[in-house]
Amino acid sequence: MGLTKQSTGISVASNVFNIEKNSDDDIVIALAGNPNTGKSTIFNSLTGLKQHTGNWPGKTVTNAQGYYNYNNQEYTVVDLPGTYSLLSNSLEEEIARDFICFGNPDVVVVVSDATCLERNLNLALQIIELKKEVVLCVNLIDEASRKKIKIDTNKLSELLGVPIVGTNAREGLGIEELKKCVEKTALGKVNINPIKVNYENYIEESINEIEEEIYKTLDKNINSYWLALHLLNENKSLEESIKKYNDIDNYEFDLLISKVENIRNNILKECNITKLELKDSIVSSIITKAESISKEVVKSQTKEMHSFDRKLDNVLTSRLFGIPIMIGLLGIIFWITIKGANYPSAVLSSMFNMLEGQLTLAFNYINAPDWLHGMLVLGMFRTLGWVISVMLPPMAIFFPIFTLMEDLGYLPRVAFNLDYYFKKACAHGKQALTMCMGFGCNAAGVVACRIIDSPRERLIAIITNNFVPCNGRFPTLIALATIFIAGTHGRFSSIKATLAILLAIVLGVYITLLISRLLSKTILKGMPTSFILELPPYRKPQVGKIIVRSIFDRTLFVLGRAVMIAAPAGIVIWVMQNVAINDISILSYCANFLNPFAQMIGLDGYILMAFILGLPANEIVIPILIMSYMSKGALIELESLTELRTLFVNNGWTWLTAVCTMLFSLNHFPCGTTLFTIYKETGSKKWTWYSFIIPTITGIIVCFIVAQTVRLLGF
Amino acid sequence: MSKLITLNNLPLGEKGRVFKITDKGTTRRRLLDLGLVKNTLVKSLHVSPAGDPTAYEIRGAVIALREEESQYILIKIEGEE
Repeated sequence: MGLTKQSTGISVASNVFNIEKNSDDDIVIALAGNPNTGKSTIFNSLTGLKQHTGNWPGKTVTNAQGYYNYNNQEYTVVDLPGTYSLLSNSLEEEIARDFICFGNPDVVVVVSDATCLERNLNLALQIIELKKEVVLCVNLIDEASRKKIKIDTNKLSELLGVPIVGTNAREGLGIEELKKCVEKTALGKVNINPIKVNYENYIEESINEIEEEIYKTLDKNINSYWLALHLLNENKSLEESIKKYNDIDNYEFDLLISKVENIRNNILKECNITKLELKDSIVSSIITKAESISKEVVKSQTKEMHSFDRKLDNVLTSRLFGIPIMIGLLGIIFWITIKGANYPSAVLSSMFNMLEGQLTLAFNYINAPDWLHGMLVLGMFRTLGWVISVMLPPMAIFFPIFTLMEDLGYLPRVAFNLDYYFKKACAHGKQALTMCMGFGCNAAGVVACRIIDSPRERLIAIITNNFVPCNGRFPTLIALATIFIAGTHGRFSSIKATLAILLAIVLGVYITLLISRLLSKTILKGMPTSFILELPPYRKPQVGKIIVRSIFDRTLFVLGRAVMIAAPAGIVIWVMQNVAINDISILSYCANFLNPFAQMIGLDGYILMAFILGLPANEIVIPILIMSYMSKGALIELESLTELRTLFVNNGWTWLTAVCTMLFSLNHFPCGTTLFTIYKETGSKKWTWYSFIIPTITGIIVCFIVAQTVRLLGF
Repeated sequence: MSKLITLNNLPLGEKGRVFKITDKGTTRRRLLDLGLVKNTLVKSLHVSPAGDPTAYEIRGAVIALREEESQYILIKIEGEE
């Protein structure tokens, strides 16, 4: 199948060492830690950058860099991907290990979760073994104390021999102390007396032997003890990295490796053990050490440390209620969005109408030519007005609620609930997470697919990400569901609209699974690889911060992008409407050309045209459609959804048209940004093309079946 | 008294200690990373709506494992003390 690293984007993620310092004197800090320990939050608190954070493992998949100044010294912070260990050679681990090992950071800050210290210490011990300038940051101390878990940080510092700082990064607590501690460590002003993990005697002896060999071959820059241990443990990827980042003679290095092999074989024979047992012994020693340290410093005042979490999990993931609750929650989110967005949308829309009137007056006043007024006001401004009034309110409601769920820790539970179905589809369980990200933005969902290790399963997740509606498509779905399926008035209209959208989403998930399975059986053959998902502790969401964050970081970002694209698109459409060949406008000409095909799948030429013109951003499909229809007939003031309905009905829409448009919106080519992201992630034109054509064909087939069936039955 | 079973057969709410991981490849390494070395206490917490995967408490963390992985973990159930 040619699933090489090159073809699936691993090459993209591995360019770690592009560290951009502001000056050569910058102190470089690497942030390492288990997934989901709040590393990104620490990073944000240190640097003031706003990297998106959420309560699920594997959020940081690329290396973010940021800067801060402390006591007139510049610091560069590199956020490494979350890992459980440095021994297993997943892509994330390689990146983290190579940076700590060869990237020469001045200080490594290991971020750990106070509510789960023992597991976190495993990685901390491995890092301390590799580098002595370590600061252990015990984060989430607030969550720990809420769970009645006490950590004796003084004792911990004493045992590990490195400085410890307790933080509650979300409230910004302990960050100043962390900066101070990092400064001291970087300047060598603290006593570091790093703990040593004691391995079995035969291992320690072999390490000594290997170290001797290393001295002969490599320069002193590298931690020889650590390297000896890992070479003994047989680590092919580390060997590759050494060759890559060190200027050494291949022949000499291979000689070293063969000597290591000899030493290993001798010891195996001598102790009468297998290589597997040797490796296990190394891991066991580290984990046992972590366990004993944890026992000494962690005091829990309750018998069941996470009893509330367990109770919540028993409901949220239960056999009986797990899935109904999930769908119910989604339904509530959409209901609130639809209900809440109605009024502000109408207000915004009438405001833009008024402004448009004012602008027209102004253009008349300065005697501007008609074409200029048409292009700028009727084309650009009107499209902008529609994009903002249709998109902004639902986004401003949907994003904060969605972020709330993310912050709470619900998304991994969704993955847990749905994993079985993804497994049946021969896909990866984490695809449920990337799919959830797709609800926000498919481009973000595609990037999130990096959390999936196996190239095959990652490609499946990338190609199918588009089957869940992103935020650019929700307004289309919401508007159509509201005006055609629910009717604009009536007591239950918003509930009916919610149900319609829920149905669309469930269908989207179903199609995701179906296509994943189809891909697994055809062009991406293979069996699902191992799936290990951590269900992190629930966290109390910070409502205030979430609202601010999600509005500024997400809502305005997505809106800004839509506006950037809508403005030129508005002009293009106006020109297409008003430039005529043989008395037929270019737009009508194109629409007429597309019409026969579009009719077959329950749409019309203008709708299909709007989808094609909407390629740069899905958000503008409805605005384009409105402009096209309005240009055909009398210009009406569109101040409410009722009038929108009238406009569409006058142009031959039935409920079937609305359903097919919704279905096509759900299943068609990804937007330009997403396609570009897919190209960047996969590094392959072929997979980008598949990502384009597979949803499109699916959409055509689905719409064709629905349209033809309904017509055949004569509804 | 103690008996050996695979982790996927550990009833909900029950505890046991890791005796052996029978896989020899990547899965083994990943399981070890989670701290599943010999004698680690594992508790079966809850099962997902479709019956698989199952969530386990391992060293203070909650980890979901599919049957495909948990069948590689041999667990020793300790009798009543």
